[in-house]
Amino acid sequence: MPAGQPALAAALPRFKIALPVAALAAMFGIIFWIRPAIFSYFGIGLLLDLAMPAVFASMAQMCVIAINDIDLGIGPFISLTSCIAATLLVRAPAAGLLALAAAIGAYALMGGLIHVRRLPSIVVTLGASFIWLGCALLLLPSPGGGAPSLIAGFVNLSPPLVPLPILVLAGAAFLGHLLLMRTARGAVLRGIGGNAKAVEQAGWSLARGRMLLYGIAGACGVIAGLLLDGINTSGDATVGAQYTLTSIAAVIVGGGEFVGGDVSPVGTVTGTLIMLLTGSVLSFVNISTSWQLSVEGGILIVVLGLRALARTA
Amino acid sequence: MGQRFANAPRWIWSYLAAAVVYLAIVVIAAGAGSFQTFSIALQFATFFVIAGLGQMLVITAGPGNIDLSIPGVMTLAGYLATGAMHGSNAGLLSGLALGLLIGLGAGLFNLALIRLLRIPPMVGTLASGFIYQSAAIAYSSHAVTQPSPLLAAFTSGRVLGVSAMTVLFILLTAACAVGLQRTRAGRAVLALGQNRRAASLAGFRVGGALSLVYLASGLLAAIAGILLAAYSGGASLDMAREYLLMSIAVVVIGGTSIAGGDPAPPGLWGSAMLLGLLVTMLNLLHMPEGVRLIATGGVIIGVLAVATPQGP
Repeated sequence: MPAGQPALAAALPRFKIALPVAALAAMFGIIFWIRPAIFSYFGIGLLLDLAMPAVFASMAQMCVIAINDIDLGIGPFISLTSCIAATLLVRAPAAGLLALAAAIGAYALMGGLIHVRRLPSIVVTLGASFIWLGCALLLLPSPGGGAPSLIAGFVNLSPPLVPLPILVLAGAAFLGHLLLMRTARGAVLRGIGGNAKAVEQAGWSLARGRMLLYGIAGACGVIAGLLLDGINTSGDATVGAQYTLTSIAAVIVGGGEFVGGDVSPVGTVTGTLIMLLTGSVLSFVNISTSWQLSVEGGILIVVLGLRALARTA
Repeated sequence: MGQRFANAPRWIWSYLAAAVVYLAIVVIAAGAGSFQTFSIALQFATFFVIAGLGQMLVITAGPGNIDLSIPGVMTLAGYLATGAMHGSNAGLLSGLALGLLIGLGAGLFNLALIRLLRIPPMVGTLASGFIYQSAAIAYSSHAVTQPSPLLAAFTSGRVLGVSAMTVLFILLTAACAVGLQRTRAGRAVLALGQNRRAASLAGFRVGGALSLVYLASGLLAAIAGILLAAYSGGASLDMAREYLLMSIAVVVIGGTSIAGGDPAPPGLWGSAMLLGLLVTMLNLLHMPEGVRLIATGGVIIGVLAVATPQGP
């Protein structure tokens, strides 16, 4: 950190979490102002339905970004797990559970491979994305299948007072914060991204740390796939494709950094909601959905650009 | 013998692997149509190489440099170019110019993100790639894309199994290989990739070298998109779906160092043929699309895991 700007540097972390929260509040304000009818139990439930799988996609990406890696395969991986849920888990639950466990194991192994052979995560996860998509297409060549009644039942729950998506989002943020920010092991895992050498000299295994984080990412991907299948009540080999960009954007918009293990579960949940609601706002003001990707990419660029400017200011 | 193998250029391996796959195809098909198989694979490989050439230049510029916007640029340039051609040779020049402008503009935009806003190339180009792709989506809803017959003939007409397009890009690859070693600009790119600070102290214009590789990558991606759209009889939104991985795969399998500063242009053709022949072989065996994708991803990760040189 160059000298002469301590005040700004010290203010940056707080500024980083306050900004997305304020942005999210403003977006809710705009949505309720355009469509007052949404401000109800069912309206909010509908609005945030798809935030449930999206938030776990972002959590998966956050685990990978926490060790300075990036996962370009999470979207197709979620497609695959939703296809497993839509086919195997319905027809042969035991085989389905085994396949989901194997998928998580494959993710952990991928982390191990990246660590042991010092490979660029971007190329390995991109290569793996072909494997996930290939497996998904073999399982489900065209959209179809069903959803296990347990999962379909869960996503249709109507808890009293608070809509289900809000409970799920709050739960994910709380649990993520507890595990990653408040436990010793969580601090060590984030430390790998901050200073790998120091973590290693303190006696921790970097290989095990990376495998653990990739394993958790895989587990989050599985949860996202299950929720997505429950909501759609069918599987599709391309249904998760958009999560690759959205999840990266969510982590960054929520205040996370690409290097240094500087990520936050609460910020990631906030970032996910911002990305999701952007789509809703666009459709409310009649902007064609073909520009949705542009807007997501644009938000990412603007946030990163502003952050770079704040650093050099 | 072992010593000689150790001294062989790294790109040799991709040619050996391609030869092994080709032999397997000849055995599977009992020799029938094996020349045609080669010719079809070479056609696929040419498109991989055009996109991969730009990616190789970017990766050579050093750690962190990568262009993930290639598929987006390909799709947008392919759409606008064949959209402007209206299936006539009269529109050929304006279509080509429009497509190339898209490539140049995308390269400039990527550079602005990387050099002015200091966004890591990996994320900046990923985000910009989605912007190009969504521009193509918006354009596609009211566009009829039909390539000029002349351009289509250029991409598919073959003499002795080799198209004029393939010959042209083999020459371009060779020129690129010579240019990297012999011209001042080329050496600046290599020096930048080996050590940015040292390159700067040695008087190389590192900023210029960085601009050069991203502009070249944008232009080559646009060319790949235009030619692919012409070859396929028109653009489609998912035409470049595989080129994000393929452009990187032909570079790293071909022996170019991922750490930068050490390109292997001949390896682009060996690895592109390996991947092209692999696709052709699985098609011959009537394997479903899923198996082809799994094999491609598996080969790329496998080669990377086995062949990446390990530092101290």
